[in-house]
Amino acid sequence: MSDNKCIHCGADCGAAPFIWEAKNFCCHGCKTVYQILNEKEMTQYYEIQPMSGIRIDIGQPSKKFAYLENEEISSKLLDFDDGNTSKVKFFIPAIHCASCIWLLEHLDTLHSGIIYSTVNFPRKEVFITFRNDQISLRQLAEMLSAIHYVPEITLEHLEGSKIGKTNRSLLLKIGIASFSFMNIMMYSFPEYLPGGDLLEQNFKHIFGWLSFILILPVVFYSANDYYLSAWKGLKHKIISIDLPITLGIIALFLQSSYEVFTGNGIGYMDSLAGLLFFLLIGKWYQGKTYQALSFERDYKSYFPVAVTVIVDGIEAILPIRDLKKGDHILIRNLELIPADAAIFKGKGNIDYSFVTGEALPVPKKEGEFIYAGGRQVGSSIELIVEKEVEQSYLTQLWNQNSSKPDSVSLNNHINDISQYFTATVLVIAFSAFFYWLTVDLATAVYVFSSVLIIACPCALALTVPFTFGSTMRVFGRRGFYIKTTDVVEQLYRTTTIVFDKTGTITFNRKVQIMFHGSALSADEEKTIRSMVKHSSHPLSTALYEHLPSQSMLEPQAYEEIPGLGITGILNDKRINIGSELFVTGSSTSENMKESRVYVSIDGHIRGFYSFMNTYREGLNQVINTLKKKYKLHLISGDNDAEKENLESIFGTESRLLFNQSPVDKKNYIIDLRKRGESVLMIGDGLNDAGALAESNTGISIADDVFSFSPACDAIMESSKFGQLEQFIRFTRSSFKVIRMSFLISLFYNVIGLSFAVTANLSPLVAAILMPVSSVTVVAFATFMISFIAFRKLRVY
Amino acid sequence: MEAIIFLIIIGVIVAAGFLVAFIWAVRSGQYDDDYSPSVRMLFENKPKKETETETDKPESKNEN
Repeated sequence: MSDNKCIHCGADCGAAPFIWEAKNFCCHGCKTVYQILNEKEMTQYYEIQPMSGIRIDIGQPSKKFAYLENEEISSKLLDFDDGNTSKVKFFIPAIHCASCIWLLEHLDTLHSGIIYSTVNFPRKEVFITFRNDQISLRQLAEMLSAIHYVPEITLEHLEGSKIGKTNRSLLLKIGIASFSFMNIMMYSFPEYLPGGDLLEQNFKHIFGWLSFILILPVVFYSANDYYLSAWKGLKHKIISIDLPITLGIIALFLQSSYEVFTGNGIGYMDSLAGLLFFLLIGKWYQGKTYQALSFERDYKSYFPVAVTVIVDGIEAILPIRDLKKGDHILIRNLELIPADAAIFKGKGNIDYSFVTGEALPVPKKEGEFIYAGGRQVGSSIELIVEKEVEQSYLTQLWNQNSSKPDSVSLNNHINDISQYFTATVLVIAFSAFFYWLTVDLATAVYVFSSVLIIACPCALALTVPFTFGSTMRVFGRRGFYIKTTDVVEQLYRTTTIVFDKTGTITFNRKVQIMFHGSALSADEEKTIRSMVKHSSHPLSTALYEHLPSQSMLEPQAYEEIPGLGITGILNDKRINIGSELFVTGSSTSENMKESRVYVSIDGHIRGFYSFMNTYREGLNQVINTLKKKYKLHLISGDNDAEKENLESIFGTESRLLFNQSPVDKKNYIIDLRKRGESVLMIGDGLNDAGALAESNTGISIADDVFSFSPACDAIMESSKFGQLEQFIRFTRSSFKVIRMSFLISLFYNVIGLSFAVTANLSPLVAAILMPVSSVTVVAFATFMISFIAFRKLRVY
Repeated sequence: MEAIIFLIIIGVIVAAGFLVAFIWAVRSGQYDDDYSPSVRMLFENKPKKETETETDKPESKNEN
């Protein structure tokens, strides 16, 4: 390897790569994985997709999977267990390429206890069958972690939520509809050709009856969703698009059955089967979602399965459900705090980045109260549980049900149109009926059902699934994943946009450090860096990473004074680093709005470092374009240290709110909605969960879309934040495409209706017109969306 | 003309056979994952140990 890339993960190896067998590695972890695979002759892993490995930056808790030894927990996780062999399903977010599949399906080479393993790539899951006597569940999980495929086991997996069933039933419906469609078309074929009526009467009977039998499962099984949805709509006093479809299906079925029973032919059975086949395909296309992404997450998908409790000085594993008030729990480095608790022993250093998006961990002293959801960084701490998991502050916030309207009323635009559409069709049908009644009843009934048949808004109904479905795919390819196609419409209707500050418009885990005061020389910087190296305080760590990398000096004396700072002697100079009070001896006692670290060298106060959040790239531009069209709000849980900065970006029309609690945020959104605004909320942390659920569209922004994000309607890759405005604008184009498609289908309808009202609608005309109109509309919609996406949305 | 009737019956039976096969395939979860099998078939199988025989076991109950 001549270039300086890690052979395992492809990351830059930096100045001092780890070298093993003349191969470069970026870190020790990558090297270890390579060694494991090399030993088992599994380096084919790197041939399938070069540099496919996973790099783990963030450390893992040391005894992460100890809880898997607990009988109760492991029995819940196992899908099958007969004492000798067990089956288990792990969710592994790191699965990302063909090499991953290869490796995870060859786990049996890695350990003889594993019988076989299968990967479900879209869901990022691996099914493993293993021998109990050779490998335990815990060892299995640890082995996967050792090769950097860390299984994610949360409460949610323990309680086993079932998804994916509905998709199967839709596939079955499509299968049955297509089976009937193809066969009935064959029987209808003589009707399409000139001279078809010369066919013996016998055949007409047989074909008719065969078609009738074949259509039954289609009408009574494949189509039942439409009846249900039409009925639901009627109950809510909404005339949904499914109502005219249902009317059309009934008219088609009755008219055709009548013809079959009277021995006149086979009617419109082929059109009916075809119609449902196309409609169901549309539904399938619309419903194809991102399987590995979870939009419904609550605290269950975030919280661990078990926690270490201390009973009479002995550590034991306890499932989180059984945690009670007053329990002593032990939280190790990088473990999550599962319930509201107070520190009993040890120094807390809580990373709330998942909750608030705050970049720096918060130090906590003994006796202080800690909210659940934080992650301890540093040495182990002992806590006393104050509230049970279900009653904890944040858990309660997520458990409250939101007042979101159900999906029936969501499709506003199409339902508006469908109301007029249905009314017009009925008017035409009845006036034609009464007109032909003057001639004779049979023709009048025939014309009436013809109108309903031909006006069946197949093309109209296909427009929305295909336009929105394509839009959803276009967004997905560009790192913006929406939950359902309804979100497209919600985005389009947005009038107000609410931003969360920390973690949303600022970077998660990245602070901007600036020095204020008389400039420091390189030597002095080296001195400071050598000092803060010894401190585990989050600000010290951040400062250590910020200062340029140089050789280290060893302080002659070093002391850390908790809550104040560090002091020491280096090169015979006394160095004080810490709070203002500690370094300068006096505090301006002004309410501190930003984190500051003061430095004095040899008695001279040199100035201070300020720690600021960094804003996301493109923030200025995004806000500038958005504020022209929408009302913008910013709600932050933080103090108003950055108010001036933010005001200059957001402008004076926008409302900026600070010091807002999660409940405040949620109520603010509810308030906005009461005032008739259609709210788009963009947040990232668990503290936004309530607000995200209440808003019309909740977008959660995430660095890694497969890892945790709060329940929301859409997930956006954080690097795509700059394109937010483009995405919203794109939904306008989607609506334009829908309107144009409506015009096209209306055009076909007018032609069809002119046949129908003049009593000239033959099954042949219907059989041609309906598929042709559907295909045109579908082709038009999908093509236009991809074309506009190609023109307007750039892929970065 | 009886020939046509006969053929139609055969036609329906064959088609129904495929429908049943499709329903079985959907129910056994073969449509749940439409990506991994396409990759899996391209892997080269290096000669392996005796574990091979057990790989053929149906993986019926391991999902859902």
